[in-house]
Amino acid sequence: MKRLLTSRETMLSGAILLLLALTASRFPGFIAPANLVAVFTDTSPLLILALGQTVVILTRCIDLSVAANLALSGMVCAMLNAAMPGIPVALILALAVLLGAVMGAINGALVWKLAIPPIVVTLGTMTIYRGIIFLISDGAWVNAHEMSAAFTGLPRARILGLPVLAWFGIASALLIWLMVTRTPLGRAFYAVGGNPHAAVYTGIDVGRTQFWAFTISGALAGLAGYLWVARYSVAYVDIAGGFELEVVAACVIGGISIAGGAGTILGTILGALFLGIIKNALPVVDVSPFWQMAISGAAIIIAVTLNTRSARAKGRIILRRAQAAQTEGAPA
Amino acid sequence: MQPSIASRDYAPQTADVPVLALSGITKSFPGVKALDGVSLELFPGQVTALIGENGAGKSTIVKTLTGIYQPDAGEIRVAGKPVRFASAQDAARAGITAIHQETVLFDELTVAENIFIGHAPRGRFGMIDWAEMRRRARDILARIDAELDPDTPLRDLGIASKHLVAIARALSVDARVVVMDEPTAALSHKEIEELYELVDRLKSEGRAILFISHKFDEIFRIADRYTVFRDGAHVGSGLMADVDEADLVRMMVGRDVDQIFPDRVKSPGEEVLKVVGYAHPTEFDDIGFSLRRGEILGVYGLVGAGRSEVMQALFGITRPSKGAVKIDGAIKVIRSPADAVANGIVYVPEDRGKQGAVIGMPIFQNVTLPSLSQTSHRGFLRLAEEFALARRYTERLDLRAAALDQDVGNLSGGNQQKVVIAKWLATQPKVIILDEPTKGIDIGSKAAVHAFMAELAAEGLAVIMVSSEIPEVLGMSDRVIVMREGLIAAELEGDALTPETLVRHAAGIGEDRP
Repeated sequence: MKRLLTSRETMLSGAILLLLALTASRFPGFIAPANLVAVFTDTSPLLILALGQTVVILTRCIDLSVAANLALSGMVCAMLNAAMPGIPVALILALAVLLGAVMGAINGALVWKLAIPPIVVTLGTMTIYRGIIFLISDGAWVNAHEMSAAFTGLPRARILGLPVLAWFGIASALLIWLMVTRTPLGRAFYAVGGNPHAAVYTGIDVGRTQFWAFTISGALAGLAGYLWVARYSVAYVDIAGGFELEVVAACVIGGISIAGGAGTILGTILGALFLGIIKNALPVVDVSPFWQMAISGAAIIIAVTLNTRSARAKGRIILRRAQAAQTEGAPA
Repeated sequence: MQPSIASRDYAPQTADVPVLALSGITKSFPGVKALDGVSLELFPGQVTALIGENGAGKSTIVKTLTGIYQPDAGEIRVAGKPVRFASAQDAARAGITAIHQETVLFDELTVAENIFIGHAPRGRFGMIDWAEMRRRARDILARIDAELDPDTPLRDLGIASKHLVAIARALSVDARVVVMDEPTAALSHKEIEELYELVDRLKSEGRAILFISHKFDEIFRIADRYTVFRDGAHVGSGLMADVDEADLVRMMVGRDVDQIFPDRVKSPGEEVLKVVGYAHPTEFDDIGFSLRRGEILGVYGLVGAGRSEVMQALFGITRPSKGAVKIDGAIKVIRSPADAVANGIVYVPEDRGKQGAVIGMPIFQNVTLPSLSQTSHRGFLRLAEEFALARRYTERLDLRAAALDQDVGNLSGGNQQKVVIAKWLATQPKVIILDEPTKGIDIGSKAAVHAFMAELAAEGLAVIMVSSEIPEVLGMSDRVIVMREGLIAAELEGDALTPETLVRHAAGIGEDRP
């Protein structure tokens, strides 16, 4: 019970509720269901990328190329739609996911086969992917009037009152949660990040596991690429510039240990929601965007401090009463 | 210039007054008493050899007399005066320097900088006087006949030259006690001879030398005195002239039987593993042995003899350059640990923290990690089956834990070891390799591991036990392979299995050096 109360997820939920309550006290309309749906929808791209990033961070890596991947996938979708409006949106969507997965797989292969540190690999591919957007688009924008109605309409279409964009966020979260908690690959992510040496001795191929993590992260970035471009009805070189850092921030706030091997999907969801709510709530209560950045930054530092504190060794259990207390505290 | 320690007080002393004397030194670590009231005396102008098995307390005493560890009890006297070393700096100031196995020097600095680091000659305004430093470095290097340029970066030098730099450093502070911890371990034959000459020169200058080595030939070549430790206790010391190899071996290993090993009915079955002509370019060569069901094969040797390296190759972590493995009579190629596990070979590594358990993961997930194909269905894990599997094997090992979803990190060392073993048993292997299975765990857990090993063998599992503890090797093994310098030195069985034969083959006593 104590463990449940002091868990990262509970504390973060509390912080989110507090944030909502404070905002509501100044502007009650913020917590109207329709507005909450809008906030969640607005946060969905961040959530989708953060889910992919979580998987990568769990394996003790980092993917800085997600925003560039998103932008390139989005640009390819937009240009394809502009050139051939007849192609069904479902096909474009599948292409976006595939293209993103290929870009993620390139990151993964470089980390796996050449053993280059992930931060260096993705810093490089981040620049390359942005460069490719410029090459294929000549730096030109693809604007709303060049896109088909079906293309831009999908993220906004409503199913059961929720926009499709939000549904994609929910579906991705469910899928990644299922994979992480219920498949051998998901278990391997934790093992590889938690103790790479032990993973090797267990017969887990560390490089291959990291490769799959990057591929999944890339696929989600590709999906987010189409959704982003269709939602805002515009594609250009610099969309989602610097967004990768917000994605990493969501993971860190959600309690995903940057050292790998620790964290939950629920944490990531809450971390993304926390940032999304701050972004949407502060303008409503008339706080300047610069405060927004400061508050997000403070949240990151607080989250990391809490992580380090909980990770710090509590000392060995030598006292009998400490042993007894622990046994009582543990769930049966 | 600072007055050197030499000019202060050691010149007039005679050879029978110890320059450094430790007495009644006791040092405990959680769960282990590393040193129990030991004494050690070092005399000016003499080489004292410190002899003992792995874990006898040699490195602990070195760390104590160089100020890295502070003893719980006991006294250290320098030239008759009691001292306390609160830090390594204190010991260095008292004229004690150590040359370690892996030399503690700075690769990116030059030879001269390494010699004078921490006490570089200063010129005007407290700036380092480079010209003076080079000149003095050249003087010291000339004194030990080392043909080294003071401006060479250290990373360009080989191990032998680095030792020379370390010795030059000891001379630059005018050390009166020089500790050499297995200095010849990585040297060639010629370099070893040069080192011996240098030791003779240090002796003639009146310095006291503590020489730690596993090699009996070199102990008899250069030492004047000996001190033998066993299990953290002092068992004897005296003049080398009064003893022979057999005496020293007896002191090293002759212990009371303080551990009781399980009785085993030895009934080896058919051959399950055969290794033929295994070789690696740098680690081992010509390794061949066979293993039967229900057998415990001990693998003994000094640290660094290549035992773990062979096992890692067998498990697919490294690739051998030559050789073959037969499992149940069929030749198998093992390219990765996953191949090894699939072929029924599992490896419980020595360093549990680093290579064994995944800290931060619950117990049950650690246990089922290599068996997920068993507990999953159509690509999805089944938690209930995982719990059942984990419970089955942890109960067999009598694991004491509040709950199976508790973090492994909260368990004691012995219980973590049980989790790692349970993990491997759950894969239902044919061959289990245990690398130092009882290193660093308490007596009670040791007995449990031994009993369990016997039980596994009785059930028909073939066990390879790599161990540096002689009683364990003798008490548990049906057969023992002794490795030395990457080769199999002997395969012993029955009456040939004695502490003396193990130590002789491991240290190469009575054989010519290649």
